[in-house]
Amino acid sequence: MFGLRKSDSALLLIVIALTVLAPFILNPFPENSVMAQFNAGYPDLMQRLVIFGIFAIGFNILFGLTGYLSFGHAAFLGVGSYAGVWMIKLLTLNVIPAIVVSVIVAGAFSLLVGWISLRRSGIYFSILTLAFAQMSYALAYSVLTPITGGETGLQPKVGDPRILDAALEEGVTPRANLFGMFMNDSYDMVVGGWIFTFNVGYYIAAICMVLAFYLSIRIFRSPFGLMLRAVKSNQQRLNYTGIESKPYTLAAFVISGMYAGLAGGLLVAMDTQAGAERMFWTASGEVVLMTILGGAGTLIGPVLGAGFIKYFENIVSKINANILETWFSFMPDGLSDVFVGIIYPFIGKGWHLTLGILFMLVVIFLPGGLVQGGQKIAGMFKNKKDGSDSATSSASAAPAE
Amino acid sequence: MEAIVLQILNGLDKGSAYALIALGLTLIFGTLGVVNFAHGALFMIGAFCAVTLSKILTLSHVVIDATKKDFLGNPLKVEVPYIYDFVGENAGNVIIDWAVPLSILFAIPIMVLIGFIMERGLIKHFYKRPHADQILVTFGLAIVMQEVIKYFYGANPIPTPAPEAFKGSLDFGAMLGFEANSIIYPYWRLVYFSFAAVIIGGVFAFLQFTTFGMVVRAGMADRETVGLLGINIDKRFTIMFGLAAAVAGLAGVMYTPINSPNYHMGMDFLVLSFVVVVVGGMGSLSGAVLAGFLLGILESFASMTAVLETLPGINQIIIYLVAIIVLLTRPRGLMGKAGVMEE
Amino acid sequence: MGILEVQNVNKSFGGLKALTNVNLNVEEGMIHAIIGPNGAGKSTLLNCFVGRLIPDTGAVTFDGQSLLGKKPHEINQTGVSRVFQTPEIFSDLTVLENVMIPCFAKRDGAYSLNAINSVRNEKDILEKAEQMLVDVNMADKRDMVASSMSRGDKRRLEMAMCLSQDPKLLLLDEPTAGMARADTNNTIELLAEIQEKRHITMVVIEHDMHVVFSLAQKISVLAQGTVIVEDLPDKIKGHPKVQEAYLGGAH
Repeated sequence: MFGLRKSDSALLLIVIALTVLAPFILNPFPENSVMAQFNAGYPDLMQRLVIFGIFAIGFNILFGLTGYLSFGHAAFLGVGSYAGVWMIKLLTLNVIPAIVVSVIVAGAFSLLVGWISLRRSGIYFSILTLAFAQMSYALAYSVLTPITGGETGLQPKVGDPRILDAALEEGVTPRANLFGMFMNDSYDMVVGGWIFTFNVGYYIAAICMVLAFYLSIRIFRSPFGLMLRAVKSNQQRLNYTGIESKPYTLAAFVISGMYAGLAGGLLVAMDTQAGAERMFWTASGEVVLMTILGGAGTLIGPVLGAGFIKYFENIVSKINANILETWFSFMPDGLSDVFVGIIYPFIGKGWHLTLGILFMLVVIFLPGGLVQGGQKIAGMFKNKKDGSDSATSSASAAPAE
Repeated sequence: MEAIVLQILNGLDKGSAYALIALGLTLIFGTLGVVNFAHGALFMIGAFCAVTLSKILTLSHVVIDATKKDFLGNPLKVEVPYIYDFVGENAGNVIIDWAVPLSILFAIPIMVLIGFIMERGLIKHFYKRPHADQILVTFGLAIVMQEVIKYFYGANPIPTPAPEAFKGSLDFGAMLGFEANSIIYPYWRLVYFSFAAVIIGGVFAFLQFTTFGMVVRAGMADRETVGLLGINIDKRFTIMFGLAAAVAGLAGVMYTPINSPNYHMGMDFLVLSFVVVVVGGMGSLSGAVLAGFLLGILESFASMTAVLETLPGINQIIIYLVAIIVLLTRPRGLMGKAGVMEE
Repeated sequence: MGILEVQNVNKSFGGLKALTNVNLNVEEGMIHAIIGPNGAGKSTLLNCFVGRLIPDTGAVTFDGQSLLGKKPHEINQTGVSRVFQTPEIFSDLTVLENVMIPCFAKRDGAYSLNAINSVRNEKDILEKAEQMLVDVNMADKRDMVASSMSRGDKRRLEMAMCLSQDPKLLLLDEPTAGMARADTNNTIELLAEIQEKRHITMVVIEHDMHVVFSLAQKISVLAQGTVIVEDLPDKIKGHPKVQEAYLGGAH
């Protein structure tokens, strides 16, 4: 299907099914039940799930395939966001120019950064990208305030030119749309105690993610993808085989920069704003984490990683001490206090602590991420059924398969 | 002329901090071959050692002073630090006043211990893993450390003043024959710079003149051969990690009066210190120190009003800019050796 | 005129002179061995051929064009392939993928952005790579991950990767180093067969005299950075200068 091999088509279909049905999958609990706090099927979160999925898919094309660890990819997302907001301010509230220009501007910026940074490899490359991102962040916060809005960030205003749009009526706030469909429009479907929300913005972002995912499969399976994996495996051999690695790595860098730009453009389409904090190096670290957690170099890994982190970020940050106490209320008083006390640092504002610990655990015990973990578990079941089959299961656990 | 001297002096204290952190980073990288993204967190923990000690020293109990009345006419409740009970009020005040310098004694064992635990418990398992894994796991550790500190101390900076004796400023201008008050320099910054110089000198002397240091230097040059000679290099490397942690911690302790410590100060310094290490030359101790001071001073020059008028924002990016230029023109850094991290 | 000509090449590292006025003339279709005691400069010389090192002075000409200042990939594209002392392969990739990469390099040049087409649709590359694996008796290992193979197989794979580019010149840096006698003999046979079937010019650096005298049609002896003798194998045996170099008379 679509020029993909069978297993990849299956993967693509699974991703399509998951994104289309996300409003159901993410809202498994009735609205008034205790468990409703674990529901994630509201537009804002669903949008972020797929948008950061795009970001991670793109990052994986660079890091997963070539092994070049960029610590500054958030800069491209940030630059894309600013470009997107400016399109909304100058041209039209229709999101298409914003998204397209975000991708182009982020691509151009990543071409510049990549061209310089890729002269070095290993840790030098990581630090160069980090330096560029920090520079962008510092500039966005200070000197470039006229373009970036500095600390307050950049938002569309009623008085913006928007040369392609008719003037808004007095007192109407500018809302992003796609040919008249507003991004924050939703349709609520009520089934029994459940409410399922279908949101315009989410589905636009989801279509982008499915396309981005499809493109990444094509890249992974192409001769270009093969060369990128060869760069990671043995760059010296590649050079002595008559291949210049720099254009390949640069192309991968720019492609992943454009993915970041797409994510930035979509973020703008959803919330019509951009701020420098999107470029801070912790944001760059987050996308690294998503990719590693899911499984760097695998197709589905980054999507899983992004979903996992954004979902838990949201859920864990929402839990507070009161909720914890209700959970442990079935225990005797002293014991429940102990449990609440132990868990409390990790929830709510402690999400970053949980994240850091998760990060370490994954790197230490599961360098291949969730995908590898899944394969290990699947392999265990397989071996129980058929102990002689271990050779094939280890071959299928190879990255990028 | 005054302005130039002033900017050099201003750059020295930040440069000292960069140099101290970069020195530790280089020690760890040179000996263990590990890229430690948690090194900034060690700096931050050092600073919080000072915060902790001054909190401990000011722990108080409430005493009712019957001789005075508050505005409602009730006997006045006065908080009295426990330390008064042990050494008396005057000596107690002196000790509280000198909390930051005293923290050095308090911080050394803590930092060395943290260093040992980190190396034995975590870093050891990453010697043979790719640099990317080392970066990632120490990055995770750094997040954990700063979040733990944030949990206990909150997100706001905690002012931790220098002893009263160092509160004032030195009139350098008058000393050098310029006009009075043209170059004034806070005493504590002078202390910080001297302290950094002593630590740096100490580390270099330790490496230069002791057998232990000789083995470590040999290990930095060629780890395999030293291992083949039957020297247990691992144990020494653990000690080196402890030493590097202590250096970072002390840099943090003494920095608290200059900038009130907060939980993310480590990361702020780390990113810059890495840039410093790269500029100085990966694996070169003297390069790290030199680049630390150079970049500190450069940053201070870039913050001059005259410079900012022509190149707005340059103070924010000068260090990164220099790093990019150095990496592209001298990939080994200012004093880097051949064969270190070249791919 | 030889296919590879080296004229007055000098190379020093700091104060150490690694190569002094080296001259070498490799004739087309021959197996030319370079031997010499440790530290004679053999590897330095080879690195000058492939662009890893740049000689301080002198000329290296291959097939009429100078190799000086060319990058490794450019030199390879002129028709020079290299086998390393320890096999350099793409250890994370499968055996078939390992051989496909040089085929792509041969067909598409140093760079081509072929990012959408699937590798599986590159029929000509697949066929060529698979044929190559058959030629070196590795067809049964095509889907193995390269790192999981024995050292002998890795060497064989590396050889297949080089041969799949139909190089004009094959450089071999101690191809039998660390091999058991049986593997060494296999390698000798493989090389002899390649030379017979494909008439590829080879330059072999080798310590093992058994290998050298079974294969080489011409031998250059390098000692202390200079070529002391260049002659036919029969003449090299028992040559007084060679004995002197190996037995330490030169010191």
